[in-house]
Amino acid sequence: MAREVISTGNELASIAAIDAGAMFFSGYPITPSSEVMHVASDLLPEVGGKFIQMEDEIAGIAAALGASMTGVKSYTATSGPGISLKAEQIGLGFIAEVPLVIVNVMRGGPSTGLPTRVSQADIGQAQYPTHGDYASITLCAGSLSECYTETVRGFNLAEKYMTPVFVLLDETIGHMHGKAVLPDLEEIKANIVNRATFDGPIDEYKPYKVPMNKPAVLNKMFQGYKHHVTGLHHGDEGFPTEDAAQCEFNIERLVGKINTVAKENDGLDDLPDYEEYMLEDAEVCLIAYGSIGLGAYEAVQKLRAEGIKAGMFRPIMLWPSPAKKIAEIGAKFKDKIFITELNMGQYSKEIERIIKRDDFTTLLKANGRPIAPAEMVAKVKEMM
Amino acid sequence: MAFNYDKYLRVNKMPTLWCWGCGDGVILKATIRAIDKMGWDMDNVCVVSGIGCSGRFSSYINCNTIHTTHGRTVAYATGVKLANPSVNVIVVAGDGDGLAIGGNHTIHGCRRNIDLNFILINNFIYGLTNSQTSPTTPQGMWSVSAQNGNIDPTFNACNLAIGAGASFVARETMIDPKKLEKILVKGFSHRGFSFFDIMSNCHINLGRKNKMANAMENLAWIDSITTPLKKWEALSPEEQLNKFPTGVLREVEQAEYCDMYDQVIAAAQGKRGKITQADFAKKI
Repeated sequence: MAREVISTGNELASIAAIDAGAMFFSGYPITPSSEVMHVASDLLPEVGGKFIQMEDEIAGIAAALGASMTGVKSYTATSGPGISLKAEQIGLGFIAEVPLVIVNVMRGGPSTGLPTRVSQADIGQAQYPTHGDYASITLCAGSLSECYTETVRGFNLAEKYMTPVFVLLDETIGHMHGKAVLPDLEEIKANIVNRATFDGPIDEYKPYKVPMNKPAVLNKMFQGYKHHVTGLHHGDEGFPTEDAAQCEFNIERLVGKINTVAKENDGLDDLPDYEEYMLEDAEVCLIAYGSIGLGAYEAVQKLRAEGIKAGMFRPIMLWPSPAKKIAEIGAKFKDKIFITELNMGQYSKEIERIIKRDDFTTLLKANGRPIAPAEMVAKVKEMM
Repeated sequence: MAFNYDKYLRVNKMPTLWCWGCGDGVILKATIRAIDKMGWDMDNVCVVSGIGCSGRFSSYINCNTIHTTHGRTVAYATGVKLANPSVNVIVVAGDGDGLAIGGNHTIHGCRRNIDLNFILINNFIYGLTNSQTSPTTPQGMWSVSAQNGNIDPTFNACNLAIGAGASFVARETMIDPKKLEKILVKGFSHRGFSFFDIMSNCHINLGRKNKMANAMENLAWIDSITTPLKKWEALSPEEQLNKFPTGVLREVEQAEYCDMYDQVIAAAQGKRGKITQADFAKKI
C-alpha cells in the first residue's frame, strides 16, 4: 500500500536508503545535506546498521567504500565542497567497481560559495567528479517523493552496475517539508537488487574476469572467496597490471558498462528516466529538473491559461542522459525549447550536444535564488 | 620444522616488488608469523594498505585485501571493521602515508580506539617515489626534496598515537624479527587500536642520500637511534631526545569502538536505556 508521509527531502533520502537495504553510513556534516546524516544516526542502529561520523569528508566516503568493499550496502551524503574533497575516493569506487550511493544536496559554489542557498551547479561535477575515464550514473530528484524513490533506485543501480551512483538533491528540495507519497514498502523490498556473486569453485574466482560492458562480480568478503581490491589498473584477479591491452579493456569496459548499455537498452533499468508533462499537444517545451521542475509545472499551467500550449520535459536520470528522448524533443520543438536551470547552463550544453543546435532559449540563475514560475512565463512569452 | 610461509602468501605474486634487502619483506614475514601465532582464520582477516612501497603489502598476503588511496587506510579500515566487527583487520602504511597525507585519520583512529592493528612501516623517507622528505626524515638529513638539508622537525609517531588515545602503542625495528613478531602478537591480542611504529631501512633511497647506501649501514643507523624503553628511561633528558625508545610504550584497557557501538544498537532497539555520561564513568 502506498504510504503518505510528512517529511523533508533530506530525511526521505536517508529513510529510502535504509528501506533499500543500506546497513552503513559514514560522512561528515555539511550544509545543506546534514539531515541525511542525522536520520542515519537515528535509524540505522535500530535495524542493526552502522553509522559513523568521520573526521573529514575524505574519511566520510572512505569508510563507506571500505564497508561496501566487504559487501555491506553503504551510503554517504554531502554537498559540493564535500564532493570536491571526496573526488579521489570516488575514483577508487569507479575503478575497483564498488557500489555506493552518494547523496549530494547542491548549494551555491564554487568553493564555500553559498552554503545555505540553492543551486544546481554540481551537475557537471556529478558527470566527471574525479580524474581519469569512467561513466557516472546520476539521478536527480524533482519532488519529495522522488527524494525517496530515486535514492532506492540509486542503491539498486549501484549494485546492478557495480559503481558509485550520485543522487542529486538541491537545497530547496532537501529542506522542503511537506507531504510525500511513497511506494508500498513490500514492493520496494521485493525489487531490491543485490550484487551478483560467483558461487563456483574458490580457486576459479576471478572477480574482474567479465566480458566487455559487464560489471565486475565481487563476492562478499569473509565468506571464503578472498580477493584483492586496488585502485591500480588490475587484471582478472584484481591484482595490479600495466599490460596495455588489459588497461585499454578496463577503461572501455568501465565506460561501456554504463554508457553503451544505456544507449543500447534506452536506459539502465525499467524505471522512467524523465517525466513528460503536458507535452503531447505542446508547441513550446520547457526543460527543467530538480526543484526548478516544481516551478515549471506552474509555469506550464499559467502559460496554458494564457493560451500558450506549453509542456515540460524533466530529466530524472541526468547521466547518462536520456539522449534518445532529448533528440526527439529537439526534432519536434525546433527553436521552441526553453531550458531553465540554477547554473550557467551545464545541462543546456548536454541538450546542445544531443540536438546539435543552440537555437533554444535559456533562463539561467546562479545567485542562490530559485527561479519563480512568473520569470519562466515572462521569458517563454518573449520567445513565442 | 621450517615455518611454512606459503600457507599465508600469494605465492604466484612472488617475487615482491621490493628492493633487495628491503625491510618490508622482514615485516611481512613477522606479520605472517604473528598471524599464525594468533591462529587467525585467513578468511576472517582483512589487510588494508595505502600508497607507497608498503602499499604492496596487502597484495602478497592471502586473505581479503584492500589497496586503498594515499593516506586513507585507517578510514577505509574503519569502515571494514565497523561493518564487520568480528573480522581481524591489519592496516599497513608508510610514514608518509600514515603521518603526512593520512595524519588526520591516524589521529582519529587512535582516538576512537577502534580495534585495528596499524603497522606503520617507518623508513624515514618516501622510498617508492625516489627519496623525498617524509615527516620522520631526521633534521639535517638529505633527500631529493631537501637538496640543501632537511630543516623540518622529525615526527615521533608513537607520541602522536599516545596523545591521540590509542590504547596499545609500541615501537620496534625490523632488525630483530623475533622481537618484532612478539610485539605484533601482543598488539594483535589487544582489543582496541594497536599502533606499531616499525622502523625499517630504505638504503636505496634514504641511504644513498645519507652515506648509508647498503642495507647493513642503514640498519646500523636505525640501531643507533633506538634503545629499549627501560634503558631509555635511564637516560638524561638530553640523551632521550636523540633516541627512540622501543618496546610497548602504552598498553591500557579502554572501551573499544565497536563494543561501544553495540551499546548504541542496544539503546536504539530499546534493549537498554539511553547512553548517558554515566556509562562512561564505568567504561560503558
